[in-house]
Amino acid sequence: MTGTLGIDGRSRSLGAWRAVSVDAAVWRTAVQTLAAGELQLIGLWAEPGVVRMALGDGVGEAAVLELACPDGCFPSVGAAHAPAIRLERALCELYGLTAEGAADVRPWLDHGRWAVSHPLGAAEPSERRTTYPFLPAEGESLHQIAVGPVHAGIIEPGHFRFTVNGETVVRLEARLGYVHRGLEGLMAGADLDRAARLAGRASGDSTVAYALAFARAAEAALGLEAPLRAAWLRALMAELERLANHLGDIGAICNDAAFALMLAHCAVLRENVLRTAHAVFGHRLMMDQVVPGGVASDLDGPGEQLVRELTATVRERLPALTELYDDTASLQDRTVGTGVVAPELARRFAAGGYVGRACGRAFDARRAFPYAPYDRLNFRVPTRAEGDVNARVWVRIDEVGESLSLIEQILHGLPDGPVRAEPPAGAGEGAALVEGFRGDVLAWVRLREGRVERCHLRDPSWFQWPLLEACIEGNIVADFPLCNKSFNCSYAGCDL
Amino acid sequence: MTARRFILEGLLRGPLTEPAPRADETEVRRLAARLDAAAQRRLGRSLAIREVDAGSCNGCELEINALANAFYDLERFGLRVVASPRHADVLLVTGPVTLNMREALVRTWVATPGPKWVVSAGACALDGGMFAGGYACERGVGEVLPVDAHIPGCPPTPAALLAGLIALVETNAGR
Ligand code: SF4
Repeated sequence: MTGTLGIDGRSRSLGAWRAVSVDAAVWRTAVQTLAAGELQLIGLWAEPGVVRMALGDGVGEAAVLELACPDGCFPSVGAAHAPAIRLERALCELYGLTAEGAADVRPWLDHGRWAVSHPLGAAEPSERRTTYPFLPAEGESLHQIAVGPVHAGIIEPGHFRFTVNGETVVRLEARLGYVHRGLEGLMAGADLDRAARLAGRASGDSTVAYALAFARAAEAALGLEAPLRAAWLRALMAELERLANHLGDIGAICNDAAFALMLAHCAVLRENVLRTAHAVFGHRLMMDQVVPGGVASDLDGPGEQLVRELTATVRERLPALTELYDDTASLQDRTVGTGVVAPELARRFAAGGYVGRACGRAFDARRAFPYAPYDRLNFRVPTRAEGDVNARVWVRIDEVGESLSLIEQILHGLPDGPVRAEPPAGAGEGAALVEGFRGDVLAWVRLREGRVERCHLRDPSWFQWPLLEACIEGNIVADFPLCNKSFNCSYAGCDL
Repeated sequence: MTARRFILEGLLRGPLTEPAPRADETEVRRLAARLDAAAQRRLGRSLAIREVDAGSCNGCELEINALANAFYDLERFGLRVVASPRHADVLLVTGPVTLNMREALVRTWVATPGPKWVVSAGACALDGGMFAGGYACERGVGEVLPVDAHIPGCPPTPAALLAGLIALVETNAGR
């Protein structure tokens, strides 16, 4: 892969991947390769004076390029490769860097409300600024609808600016950043324990995925391997998390099409999963259960029995629910053909999870960069071709089936042994890509004397939000909640 | 067809809904002391809740959403989640209050007609939790709004949320 970019062998290990220091010329070549669609962007982040990008071939190879920019300038990635634009805007304003040639230099996370600008760079006193120029849409009889940040339902805050012609959406632009808590800043200097807990609160619905990504990156940095039993228990938690989220969302999507019966039944199953997680691991969302070095709680005999009962219950109820979804014409009328994502766009944005899979992009971090125990388990990566709300629902339904099977395989093959190895107070750099329920979560960390020096977490939604904006074009405003729920992008995970 | 079968099954199987958790008596008395008789009469036994995420990781929202499921069935207590602050008696606020959400939170509170309650939910909402001390957050809802009650947890369990909210209803019932 580094060969593609004409890079020599001087690289260092981040665990599964390698990192290479490059000059601006190679960086530009990499950008062109991304723009040409030969490689895909996995992440783009910074620290003072350095930018990094992770790129991959979308199958099983990836590398991290690192460009020193002592003068604070680097060649823009977003200028040629749109998926990078928002990541670039965020890193520039956090660290005070300049992306040379960038077309969109509007602030992203900085709403002009902080006491400082470039809080993770020079941290100069900031000027208060509250206006934000949305992208223009011009034409006869267009008008705008502004929604949020406080929404009607119990969901996260964000602002959606619709430009509409009558009922039809001409342009949607999202403005996020409302839940920016400064996670990268809080990470710097945190000890491993606190950092793991912070990572588990990047996006609460994916707490297991984030804690796992962070733990694996930290372990790679320290040259530590979690005990085998811990790896299997992590996968058990990750699949329970996927199950809970998919079940909840399948119901919620149908509810947004005014079909409350699905929600009522799916919500009961979701609650069953959370209660089982609580009984077995001591926390309904399994927060803080994946830790660097292993897991915080072991599975005992009665716990195993509870998980078996859970999978049996879901297996028993699922076929009827699937039939209910498939058989209800009024529901299908809303989901089929609504919010279509073009496959080409999903590929270009390297959209992970069900958003990518619903239009044929079969990427799954558990398959592309296998980590224990997935290399030993059988599972399919379900895909659909249509890219509409219905396809996203079906991918989720199929993934529920796969997760049930994975959980059963895990219970069957769970090895004996310890569940935690004490991490040494060492130094190093590591990266990991983990498949959360929404898609691939990237974690990169550099440790020193047992503390985090720098850490970056990249949510799958960075590459999905823009597709939501694209797929609503030409749909009616009333279908937005439905499309939005079928994506269920994370706000907290991107805002950090 | 399938839908009808589901409804029939639901009738035959009986409800999953569980008995209510008990509200803490001292909490009810403490809250009642903050509410005058006129406000009690106006609010009655039914409360409309507007939820505001002021910087949550979304874990708290998941559990607040769970209150609507068949096990907890929030509405049987006269508690309703409403879409607009203008229809609300209670603001249920989560998160440390990010500076980017501060104004939206305050404006939501201003838009809520009195008498009104503010309930903070979750460790972040109490004092900023793990996010306190950064450049981007306040230290909890109390820094921004007058908080009447807090529901602890990270996130609070649905049972804890329910107990906290029932305490509010009991208070208003003027016992
Ligand atoms: S209290 Fe816990 S669950 Fe709630 S927002 Fe804070 S970190 Fe998330």
